[in-house]
Amino acid sequence: MRRLIAVLIENEAGALSRVVGLFAQRNYNIESLSVAPTEDPTLSRLTLCTSGDDSKIEQITKHLNRLIEVIRVVDLTDGEHVEREMMLLKVRAEGVMRAEVKRTCDIFRGQIVDVAESLYTVLLTGTSGKLDNFIRALPKTAIVEVVRSGVSGIGRNEKILGL
Amino acid sequence: MSEQTEHLSGGDMLIRALQDAGVEYIFGYPGGAALHIYDAIFRQQRVEHILVRHEQAATHMADGYARATGKPGVVLVTSGPGATNAVTGIATAYMDSIPMVVISGQVANEFIGTDAFQETDMVGVSRPVVKHSYLVKEASEIPRIVAEAFYIASTGRPGPVVIDVPKDTTDPAQLFPYEFPDSVTLRSYNPTTRGHGGQIRKAATALLEAERPVIYTGGGLVQGNAGSTLTSIADMLGHPVTSTLMGLGAYPGSKPHFLGMLGMHGTYEANMAMHHADLIFAVGARFDDRVTNDPAQFSPDAKIVHIDIDPASISKIVRADIPIVGPVDSVLPELKRIVNAEMARDPSRPDRVALAEWWERIARWRAEHGLDHDQRHRNGAAGSLLPQQVVQAVYRATGGDAYVSSDVGQHQMFAAQYYHFDQPRRWINSGGLGTMGFGLPAAMGVQFAHPDAVVACITGEGSFMMNMQELSTCMQYALPIKIINLNNKALGMVKQWQDMQYGGRHSHSTYRDALPDFVHLVESFGHVGYRVHDLGELDAVMADVFGEKHKGDLVFVDAHIDPDEHVYPMAIRGGAMKDMILDRAV
Ligand SMILES: Cc1ncc(C[n+]2csc(CCOP(=O)(O)OP(=O)(O)O)c2C)c(N)n1
Ligand SMILES: [Mg+2]
Repeated sequence: MRRLIAVLIENEAGALSRVVGLFAQRNYNIESLSVAPTEDPTLSRLTLCTSGDDSKIEQITKHLNRLIEVIRVVDLTDGEHVEREMMLLKVRAEGVMRAEVKRTCDIFRGQIVDVAESLYTVLLTGTSGKLDNFIRALPKTAIVEVVRSGVSGIGRNEKILGL
Repeated sequence: MSEQTEHLSGGDMLIRALQDAGVEYIFGYPGGAALHIYDAIFRQQRVEHILVRHEQAATHMADGYARATGKPGVVLVTSGPGATNAVTGIATAYMDSIPMVVISGQVANEFIGTDAFQETDMVGVSRPVVKHSYLVKEASEIPRIVAEAFYIASTGRPGPVVIDVPKDTTDPAQLFPYEFPDSVTLRSYNPTTRGHGGQIRKAATALLEAERPVIYTGGGLVQGNAGSTLTSIADMLGHPVTSTLMGLGAYPGSKPHFLGMLGMHGTYEANMAMHHADLIFAVGARFDDRVTNDPAQFSPDAKIVHIDIDPASISKIVRADIPIVGPVDSVLPELKRIVNAEMARDPSRPDRVALAEWWERIARWRAEHGLDHDQRHRNGAAGSLLPQQVVQAVYRATGGDAYVSSDVGQHQMFAAQYYHFDQPRRWINSGGLGTMGFGLPAAMGVQFAHPDAVVACITGEGSFMMNMQELSTCMQYALPIKIINLNNKALGMVKQWQDMQYGGRHSHSTYRDALPDFVHLVESFGHVGYRVHDLGELDAVMADVFGEKHKGDLVFVDAHIDPDEHVYPMAIRGGAMKDMILDRAV
């Protein structure tokens, strides 16, 4: 089962490598990882997308908590949450494809952020599923380059992950 | 900052901080990147540096010191090869949750990342086997980092902490104000200090209501200094107790309610009781695969209580019905109060009749296949002893009161089976990593911690040869360790597996005749050597070795044992705990 785990961690050199090292060392997979400092520059916030059954996720959260620099760990998929991912694509846009790409882009509420003679650069945000669908909606040969940010997530309502 | 604030160099701050952290000994080995630190050591008296012969041995010495005292052991090595040599010992300590602080020299900050001479990324290399690590960026951080390192190493689930110290941060020419923090608080690290009251109450009820209980203790009980509390709870209830390799001594091994060690080479009665129990009461143990055998077949009828300081240990292998996260030295006293009060309130619990029946079954298992404490009817092959006989002779000669370190292999299992420890921190052994070469240096660390104690190292010739260079260190510091070498001229445990699983094909588990004359070897280091292969002389030799005659000497006993002896019982792979091979005939 797909899980989204949010981690609040000291923004220190080496802290991230401990998180990544833990996953490699214990044979847990990382589907995506996004990380950046928070409004408090001494803290970093990670969103980790992984998969596993309940007992595996329990172990992952426990081991993350064991890292000295980790302050809090929450399995966002345990409750209601909002998650988004950002994607930038370079898409071939020549001839009839130029209009076609634009139309698909509009349907998905994507933005064309750069235009070249034969290429569009498209920006799209949404759930990972929506990004997958967008890729599927375009002809395979049209896509030249894709970069995805990995998922970021946050709990809904009053739930707060802070110090 | 007051007027009197001292100004010290990074190297001096490091050593001063170790003094302020209460360090007695540093086990170490010098080299370029650590030379400023070594100069700081030279210019002070309070911390004694022990010069080892190999950095791995330094870590095992610090580890032995820590196991015997409960205080963090301290290691100092240089960068590159010094640091990488220390890794095996760090991993050994990590697997057994031993508090340790390892200081490694590093190339100067400006050279990090350039593949400089003797540069290794020590923080990276050691990352999977440390509780935490630091790379010093600025000299001024040193006092804080040292204070944090000791705090982290010794609290919660203890473990090794590495401090990698680039040479520029110990520069004698640069001075900084020195102040050692009075206390450490880390917003991201707050080890649990108490167990959950409701859970402890449930655990008490489970103990009182069990009809076929087994208390299963592990290294956490030793580390958490709660053996005596557990002993009084067990004795109050009349429950049987078994222990992992790591927990031996926390509950007295010579008490009749002790079932012996459990697991792969555990006693028949301990493993049978575990399998048939209706309550497994685990304290500071981690359901290691060497204990449980196939976890899916583990104790099918038992309710499981699991007390541990580390939440990640709970329900990792076997799901706990009543998990309790907390330090045993606060959980067990609380549990004891509840059990006491409940027994006074309702004298019908525990069910004495059910327990008596349970004890009858255990007594039958013990009578059928218990450890053979009377080896005298059997004999080793001509001109050799049985390893069990040797361990028993050591036990008799030391009155069961020695510190005993061991290595890894058959000799280790014989030591664990036949030396009965009545106190915690007496059995010094690499259980989790199973590091050959641990025994001698660990015994040395114990002897430094307890200069007047009897310290024995029960080893095998294979393991001994992995760190025998430390005989020279023993000479330098006049350490009167008694080394009992169960010499079967083979990597016995490997050979046993080859006998049992590979049709007796002894692929690279013997050395032909390429063993040294151990007696001459130790004599060349100024020590005393004995050779023994006759049962008739065994007790006399041991009386000499452990008597007044050799009180101040390191004595090495090369005991020639039957090379074909196997360790039994042995768990049948993939089975339940009840599935054991009991002797060679089967
Ligand atoms: C450093 C290391 N290498 C390899 C092993 C694998 N191993 C486990 S027991 C053993 C044989 C040990 O031989 P010895 O010390 O003579 O003990 P014996 O079993 O003969 O009593 C080996 C090679 C190990 N545990 N540690
Ligand atoms: Mg051997």
